[in-house]
This record gives sequence, C-alpha cells and structure tokens, in this order.
Amino acid sequence: MDPITELISMVVSAGTALLLPALGEIYAERSGVLNLGVEGIMALGAVTAFYSTYLTKEPFLGLIVAALAGLLLAFIHAFISISIRSNQVVSGLALSMLGVGLSSLIGKSLIGVPLKYTIGRFEIPVLKDIPIIGGFFVQNALTYASYFIVVLLWFILFKTKIGVYVRMVGENPKAADAAGVNVSAVRYACTLLGGALAGLGGAYLSICYTPAWIEGMTAGQGWIALALVIFSAWNPLYAVVGSYLFGGVRVLQYRLQPYGFSPPLLQTLPYVSTIAVLIVFSSSRLRRRLGAPSALGKPYYRGAKT
Amino acid sequence: MIRIEERMEQSLIVKIVTKIVAILLALGISAVIFMSYGINPIYAFSTMFSKSLTPYGLSEVVTKFIPLELCGVGLIVAFKSGMWNIGAEGQLLIGAIMATWAALFLDIPDFTRLPLILVLSALGGIIWALIPAFLKAKLEINEVIVTLMMNYIASSLVNYLVYGPWKGSKEWGFPYTDKFPESAWLPIIPGTRIHWPTLLMASVAAFTVFFIMFKTTLGFEMRVCGQSRRVAEYSGMNYMKALMVSMAISGALAGLAGAGEVCGIHRRLRYASAISSGYGYSGIIVAWLSGLHPIASILSALFIAFLLAGGDILQVSLGLSAGIVNVFNGAILLSLLISEFFGRYRFRWK
Amino acid sequence: MDRETLVKMVGITKIFPNVVANDSVNFELKRGEIHGLLGENGAGKTTLMNILYGIYKPDKGEIYIEGKPVNIKSPKDAIGLGIGMVPQFPELVENMTVAENLAPLFPEKILGKKRINEIHRIAEEYGLPIDAEAMIYDLSLGEKQRIEILKALIRGAKILILDEPTTVLTPNEVSLLFKAIRKMRGEGKGIIFVSHKLPEVLELTDRVTVLRKGRVVATLNTKETNEDELVKLMVGRAVLRRYVKEKIVPGEEVLRVENLHVFNDKGGLAVKGLSFSVRKGEVFGIAGVSGNGQKELIEAITGLRRVEKGRIVIGGRELTSPIQFRRIASHIPDDRVGMGVLPSLSVLENLALTSYKRFSKFGFLKFNELEQYANGLVDKYNIIMPSLRAPAWQLSGGNLARLILARETSAECSLIVAVHPTFGLDVASTEETWKLLLELRRKAGVLLVSEDLEEILQLSDRIGVMYKGELIDVLDSEEADAEKIGLMMGGVKVD
Repeated sequence: MDPITELISMVVSAGTALLLPALGEIYAERSGVLNLGVEGIMALGAVTAFYSTYLTKEPFLGLIVAALAGLLLAFIHAFISISIRSNQVVSGLALSMLGVGLSSLIGKSLIGVPLKYTIGRFEIPVLKDIPIIGGFFVQNALTYASYFIVVLLWFILFKTKIGVYVRMVGENPKAADAAGVNVSAVRYACTLLGGALAGLGGAYLSICYTPAWIEGMTAGQGWIALALVIFSAWNPLYAVVGSYLFGGVRVLQYRLQPYGFSPPLLQTLPYVSTIAVLIVFSSSRLRRRLGAPSALGKPYYRGAKT
Repeated sequence: MIRIEERMEQSLIVKIVTKIVAILLALGISAVIFMSYGINPIYAFSTMFSKSLTPYGLSEVVTKFIPLELCGVGLIVAFKSGMWNIGAEGQLLIGAIMATWAALFLDIPDFTRLPLILVLSALGGIIWALIPAFLKAKLEINEVIVTLMMNYIASSLVNYLVYGPWKGSKEWGFPYTDKFPESAWLPIIPGTRIHWPTLLMASVAAFTVFFIMFKTTLGFEMRVCGQSRRVAEYSGMNYMKALMVSMAISGALAGLAGAGEVCGIHRRLRYASAISSGYGYSGIIVAWLSGLHPIASILSALFIAFLLAGGDILQVSLGLSAGIVNVFNGAILLSLLISEFFGRYRFRWK
Repeated sequence: MDRETLVKMVGITKIFPNVVANDSVNFELKRGEIHGLLGENGAGKTTLMNILYGIYKPDKGEIYIEGKPVNIKSPKDAIGLGIGMVPQFPELVENMTVAENLAPLFPEKILGKKRINEIHRIAEEYGLPIDAEAMIYDLSLGEKQRIEILKALIRGAKILILDEPTTVLTPNEVSLLFKAIRKMRGEGKGIIFVSHKLPEVLELTDRVTVLRKGRVVATLNTKETNEDELVKLMVGRAVLRRYVKEKIVPGEEVLRVENLHVFNDKGGLAVKGLSFSVRKGEVFGIAGVSGNGQKELIEAITGLRRVEKGRIVIGGRELTSPIQFRRIASHIPDDRVGMGVLPSLSVLENLALTSYKRFSKFGFLKFNELEQYANGLVDKYNIIMPSLRAPAWQLSGGNLARLILARETSAECSLIVAVHPTFGLDVASTEETWKLLLELRRKAGVLLVSEDLEEILQLSDRIGVMYKGELIDVLDSEEADAEKIGLMMGGVKVD
C-alpha cells in the first residue's frame, strides 16, 4: 500500500471510534437530551464486548452485547432526564463515572488476556487500489457499516418526517406537543439510540481496533465525541469530517513518538486539539445558524407557565 | 389510587430524608455489585466499618476529608454560580505541580518556602480554572468539556514531569521526583497522616464560603448569575466577573488540596493517579450531596471520606480494582437524582 | 342534546396553587357559530381553552363534543376530536421551514413537492397566502399565525379556538383574518374567538360569553348588547375612559437616541436609524405591534445589546454598559418571570435585585437595612406574600408585577423604561400602575413601550409609532387617537 492510502486507512480507523458515539449523541441532542454519559457507556461497551466475545468466541455477539449495555445505561439517563425531569448534566456525569468504574471492575480480570476472535480488517478488492481514497476500503466490518449508518442517519434526520419530529422536539417541544407529537417517546428513542451507538463505539475499540482490554481504554474519547457533536453542528455528515480529523490527531500522536517527544506530552494532543477546535468554531458567525437545538438540556413540562 | 402532587416547598426534614434515602439506595447498588463478585455484601460493609472505626482508620478518614472538603466546597461556589466545574481534578494536579516547583526548584529562604508553596499552588489552580471560565464568559464554550479536557492535560503534564525533567536524581528511574526538603513539608499529627494546616484551611473554607455566598454582595451576584444570565445582566451585574471570580475561588481551593497532598502526604510529586485518586470528581459528589450548602459540605465530605477510606480497605482486603470508587461516586449521584424526585412530589392516597 | 351543539362544557373548575382560574364554568358552542369569549387579562379565558385543548385537566366538570362525553387528556386527543387551537403566540419551530412544521399533519414519510403545492392551495382558499418553503424565522407574526390556522384547517378541525388572535396583527391583516373566519363559519365550523378587545368582538361574533375572575357572568347574543354593557360585565363597574392628567412642563433631557442602528439575533437590522428623546416630566410612548424592533431597541437602551451605529445618551453620558444604565435608570420589563424576577430567590432578595449596591458596605450586605427597606416597599405597594424569606415563585402574577414595580420605581432614577408594564394584569392593578407611572413623571422621564393602544393613549404626552425598525412619526397626545395610531402601526403615515 502506498503511504497516503495507509495514512488514510489509519485515520479512518481511528476516527470510527469517535464517529459512532458522535452520531448517536447527535440524535440524542437533536431531540433535546444532553447525554454526558457517553464516556462511561463507551467504557462499558468496550469491556462487555470483550468479555462476551471472550466467553462465546463470537465477536458479533460481542457487538450486540455492547449495544445492549449502552441501551441500558442510556435508559437510566433517559428515565432521569425525561420522566423524572432531573438535572441532565449531573445524570450524565454520574453515568460516566458509573460506566468507567464498572468497566474497570469487570475488566480487572481481563487485562492482558489475548483475544483470538476479533473483527479483523478486510480489504475490498479494486476499490482499495484507487489512489488516495483507497484507504477507506481497507477497514473492518464495523467501519464499513459506519459509512452506511452515517448516510442513513443523515437522510432520516433531514429528509423524512421522523427527522422532522426529532428536530421539532429538540427545538420547540411545546410546538411539537401541540402538533400531537409524543415528546417523551421521541426523546427516549433518540437517547437509547445514542446509547447503543456509544456502546458500539466502545466495542469497536476493544474488539476491532486495538483489540484488547486496557484499563482506561476510552481515555476521554467519549468526551471528545461530545465536543465533536458541537463541532459538527449537529449534522451527521459534518461529524464524519470531525471524527476523521481527530482520528488524524491520534495517528499523529503515534507517528511523532519515534522523534523523541515524551509520550505523556503527546498524549495531550487530542485534548488540546479539542479545546482549540471548540475555540475556532465558537467565534465563527455561522454559529447562529448552526447552533444547538434550542431546547437542549431542558426538561419538558406540558402546560408550563413560563 | 395514588395521586402524585408536586410539593410546593421542601422542608429541611424532607431534604435530609431525601439524602439519606439516596445513600441507602447507593449502598444497595454497591451491595448488588459485591454480590455479583461472589462477595457477601454484609461482610464487605462490616469490614469497611470495623477497619475504619479504629483510631488509624478514623485518621485516614480525616486525611481524605481534607482534599474532599477543599475541592467540594470550592465546587459549591462554582456550581452555585452556574459553572459546571468538572475540572477540580486538574486544578488540584496543577496545584501539586506548582507546589513541587516551589519545593524543589526555588532558591528562597527556608521559612518562606511553605507559605509560598501554598500561595503558588492556589495560584496554579486559579489559572487552570480561569481558562475555561474565560472561554465560557467570552465565547460561550461549554465548560464541561473544556474542564474535562484540562483534567486530562494536567494529568499528562504531571506524568511528563515525573518521567522526564523532574525525575528524581537520587531515585533509580522510578516515576517520582526527589523528596522535598523539610522546609516544604506540611506538619502532620504524629501517628497519622493528617496534615493539619490544610485541615484547618478546609474547615475554615467551609465557613468562609458560606459567609461569602450569603452575606456579601459578591456572593449575591454569583448566585443570581448562577440562576439566570439574563436576570443578572438586567440587574446590572457583571456576569463575566462573577463567573471568573467563582471559578478562581474554586480553582484556588482545589490547588491548595493539591499542595496538601504533595507536601503533607507524599512529600514528592508522583504520577497523577497516585497523587489524586479522583478527589476532584469525588468533590462533585460532596458538593451535590450537601445540597450545595457550604456548611453541610463538612458532613458530606466526611461521609465520602469514610466511603473512600472504606474503598481503599476493600481494594486491599477483597482485591477489587480502583474502579470501585467511581462506581460508588456514580451510584451516589444517580441515587441523589432519583431520590430528589421523590422529595419533589408528594404521594397521596385517594 | 341537539346535533347543533358542537361543544358543551359543564361545571368546569380549575384551581392553581394561588388562584381559582375557572369556577363552575358552563360554555357552549353551536355549529356555524362565532362565539366570543370575553374577559380581562386573568379572567380565565386561556385556562378554559387550554382545558378544552387537553393541555390542562379540569379539577371538576364535564365536556361533551357533539353530544358525546369526552375525556381530553392531551392535545392529541383534542385534535382527534376535531378541535384546533390557534394560540396567541404561534408555536412553531423557528429553525425549520413552513412545510417541515406542517409535516406531522401529513401521512407520508418523506416531504415532497405534492404536499407543498397542497399547502399553497389551502392557504389561497382561505385568503391567507404563505410560502411553504420559507423559514419560520423569516416570517412576520401575522404570517406565523396563518400557519397555525392552516394547521387546524388541514386537520379538518370542526371547532377552532382563536386565542387573542389580533394582538399580533396590523389592521389590514385583521380584516383578512375576519374574512377567513367568516368563511369557516359558512362551512359549518364552530369558532371560539377569545379576546379582550370589545370592538372586534362586537363586530365579529354571533354570541358572546363574558368571564370575570374565573366565573361566567353572562352569555348574550352579540346583536342584543353594546360596548358599555359588556365593559360593565367584564369589569364589574363602569370604567373611566380617559384620565385627566395634570400638566407638567418638561424639564431637561434624560434620554436621547440618535440615529440608532441595532442588529437582531439573526444578523439583520432590527432598528434602522431611530432618533427620539425623552425629557423629565413627560411620558414618551412608543406604540407598535411587537416584532417591529421594540425588543432590540429596549435591549440597546438598557445596555444589553450592542449598538451598531448611532448613540444612546442617558443623563448626559453616552451609554456603554448595563451597569451604567442601572446607575441612573430603572427598567420594568415585560418578561417578568424570565427577566425581572428570580423565582427561586426570596422576595427580599428579589426586591434587592437592582438596588443591592446601595445596601452594601465593603462588600457586605447590610441585611437589617435591606429588610427595613423591603418591608417599607411591601407595605407601600401592597404586595401580598407569605413572608420576606419566602421564595418568589409563591407570589401570584399580580403581586410579582407589584414587586417589580415597587423595586423599579422607588429608587431615585431620572429615567424609567417601562415595557408592556400591565400585560396580564387585572383592571385594578392596571389602574394602580398607570397612576404610579403618571406620578413618577414629576421626578423622571418615562419611556413607555407597549402594544396596548389604550395604555399608550392614556399615559403618553408624546407618542411615537414603531414599524419595521423605524419611527413612523411622533405625535403629541392631543393630536392622537386610536384610529390614527392604528394605521401607523400598519405602516401608513398619516398627515
């Protein structure tokens, strides 16, 4: 493989871990629910995928288990945020802590355990030889799936009635309610979807990308995915750009190591870039047009007198 | 038929009962987790209790209380002002870095060293906290993400320093700095690890914060800003100033906690997770459990300290990983939210 | 029960924590009828309609639709029963197009050209044209209202509730609306016209029900009644139509606005070259339908929004920040709960919200003095509250308004900016407020911005009318009457 193709291939690989949770969170936030628990859900997804794959020798089963774990945690958050109408920030934070903690507990016995049944990469013949973009076709199954998921989610959000419901509920739940839309149901669905995708993102790390279980595997990628959502203006297509950009930062991190930069310093790259990106994005005048859903983070009370 | 009515106002009793229910709920969640490991939860809890209630055990609780209270009460200031400061962990670590620098690399008379350490560590925390504050006030950037990122950056900085330029010359390649000179040591109560000057500061901080928040114009402004930017500006308040000041206070206290850890306990700088096992995050729990009331934070900090000390014991005697702390933290927060729901509504039989 | 009766509400009672909104209300709507629901602000009209539309559940009473008893648990139920609500303030999603906002009404999954054409067709049919592909935030309030009406019509509503529909319309748009309503009546639909504007109710409706303090006072045939009788029923007594204001000679200038240009949130110009001045001793009223730049103008004057071009001079100094504004001026906002009070803070703290700096020494709040001051205000302005320490959300709307009034009018200010100050208040409170503002003229200049034409006419010494960001004209109050100003509000300059 020529170096550019290889580079792109690595960037896309690294970026997929961010893309999946970001896509899910876009839907959740579009419907008005802020889910800060993505980091914890990813961690739990990673460890459950690894564990179940290890037990059953079936990596695709591992994916399903991870998605279910994500669904479960997301359900707790959805219940607290939507039905109880409590503080979404605190709930998300709590879930992050819980998820990371649980993953550490469950994963303790899995550290250093090799996994033979992973989802490996396979190349798509012919397409992989196209100069430059050939790198997109040297990936593993989940990444290929992510290409379809992006397009599907974008289409649903902007071209179908379901997407209109989702966006309505996030922009003006009162209007949506008055129009007969079931605000709670839409929000639950989007939050659960977000959880499932975040779980898959974690699974991607532990059974496709690395593959292994490492303590602290997610290393803040869930938080970076959250920043990505902002950076992508809540649009699945732009999320692709952002994810691969940050995937690139990660690849850069490894590429620079042999040049004598201290590993901990290199580790700061993704976090510093996240802040930098947020700064650049915030000062743009486009922000007004591409800003957050108006009702993000606010619980909905029917008939509330403001 | 059970009818659910919204409670108009929560009396103090209701608030306290809510918190107690939350704690019980969290303990219940922990019990479930223990059981899934084949550990008898009653055995686990009784081990925690019996080992904690020894003189040494209690002193450990107090030792943990110090950074928890400092971070927690600082976070109360930030939260009440509307700033979701998740960055206490990073601010603490930066405080530790500054303390180390002043301890090992400043050529100053010995009697000035400790006071300077305290000032510089607070300053470090302030600067680390002001960055996200500024970004929020000026550019409306979400402070949760920024403070979190800065936690990771601070932690990497610490590790960079102890593996790199500040690696101990006398220690054979281990990831820590040289031991601090005695002029940089915080005195401890003999027989324990309690560094009492910082203990004093933590206790005083609780009352000081209460005073500031409820008896001064600054506190009033911060509380208004924390509720609504619109109303604050309508009233002619300086929103940006209030945010920055509240974060500065929060950062300063967290920075002091960092100084406490490196000068009182370790007497050197080590890798990040050895300095702070998540005090910045547990501080969030302290703040929430106290209902954002500065005086109550003393109680909640003691309780969390007890839990954390117990967690240490469990790790050692039952072999659970460090993740148990995070599980506790998360469980308590969730329980608080759920039980708060019950406190908000009254259930009537019809 | 005859088939002629579309809606029958019997014995409806609804109680909120501080107030009885509806008290054993009986209401009836026939097929092919325009039925007016008349009452003061706070009389219970909106609550009753919210119950019919499923937003609230009544504590007591029954509802029958076309003779059948129903239980309306949500707007979805109401829509299913053929009830359509056109709310006072349109509830649309700003960031989406008209067609997207209407999408929930159509069965298909993907939005296509066929539906867009259908939307245009229906709109034309009722004489309320709109562009289905326009973004909501580009539309005027009148156009937004049309979409709400369209929503109800597309759903095939048999019963239409119009809640204060004319507040946001120019006179021209009002006549278009009335035409559309009459067409609907001709089709056999039943229309409930909720309003507090007598002339319109008299012009449009077949029957009228008057609510006062949550109770039905009368249900009459419109042809058999007149304005004076209705007023008496609404208010319980005859109302002074015009105040006799004492003459005050205006003093020095307290506010001057020069060639002001201000952007709105979307980057367009909301205020385009406005100039006027307010002097001590006078009330300068700015009339106009909301949405013509008033919000941005007020925000600029109070220092909360940037000035793009031009200047604002308050008390002789150019304005640079809200802190500076607060030193010499006070602001009675229209958005009481969102801006003027903090519901979770105590009454005491809310009273101190804008004047706390006077009670501080070296940064500490002198609570004793503050309490004394607060108690004084509570007595003088008759604020009913559980205690000074009680949280402000426990106060009723009227008392909250009094709190804000007390706070903003007791300081020594040379300029008072009052924005829709009596919005949502009952007659007694409104009169109190008017009297107070007129008194304040002695020591200060008052800038009054309001949609309520009567308020403007009663209080102002000079009147300016704002339309699309500009001042159409400025009149002395003697030259002004409702008709002239009504025309100017629609953009017509009158000589």
